[in-house]
Amino acid sequence: MTFRVRLFAALRELAGASYVEADGATVEDIVRQLAERFGERFDDIARAGSVVVDGERAPLETPLTGSEEVALLPPVAGGGA
Amino acid sequence: MSGELLVRVTPDPLDPSEAVAFVGDPRSGGICVFLGTVRDHSEAGDVTGLRYEAWNEMAEKRLEEIAAEMFKTWSLSKVALLHRTGDLAIGEVSVVVACSAPHRSGAFEACRHGIERLKEDVPIWKRELLTSGESQWVMGS
Repeated sequence: MTFRVRLFAALRELAGASYVEADGATVEDIVRQLAERFGERFDDIARAGSVVVDGERAPLETPLTGSEEVALLPPVAGGGA
Repeated sequence: MSGELLVRVTPDPLDPSEAVAFVGDPRSGGICVFLGTVRDHSEAGDVTGLRYEAWNEMAEKRLEEIAAEMFKTWSLSKVALLHRTGDLAIGEVSVVVACSAPHRSGAFEACRHGIERLKEDVPIWKRELLTSGESQWVMGS
């Protein structure tokens, strides 16, 4: 299945796009495929951050059926010091 | 509970007095406010400003969840959670956490909880602009 994956902040900059396409049957597949495409730093940041599937936090082993909205989030840093 | 909570993620300057006015409540004996402001230095060096990027819809949803935790754990009257996005200069307010409570201990503790949770679980990212002309994303803080 091909997914349109939303990226933010550092991940978006490394990929050069706010949305990218990736294939897979789990969140892990998506992260691995995008890391192969965009490099080791993308992999490090994606794995240190979090994944949101259909608006909910999702672990890497989460299965995907084809209609989900997937977003990869770098570690957050709101709030000031 | 909708009238008891003010949540906003916005590119517009934050006005702490708006949050204080919102949480003001005749049932309360105190208001606690935390303001996060832009600091002129970091571990990376001298900072000229910050750029905050948010996933707005998700950030507001997470702020509502954090407010629900605050209401559940402490006896509070009203809560305001505001976060700025975009380019901020040194000294500008990046975040406001305000709450009112019948007694001060609850207000202090809930306010602390609010800012700590906000920093770890709300999809907002910070880019430091340095005097060297470089800039970098801050991953966790």
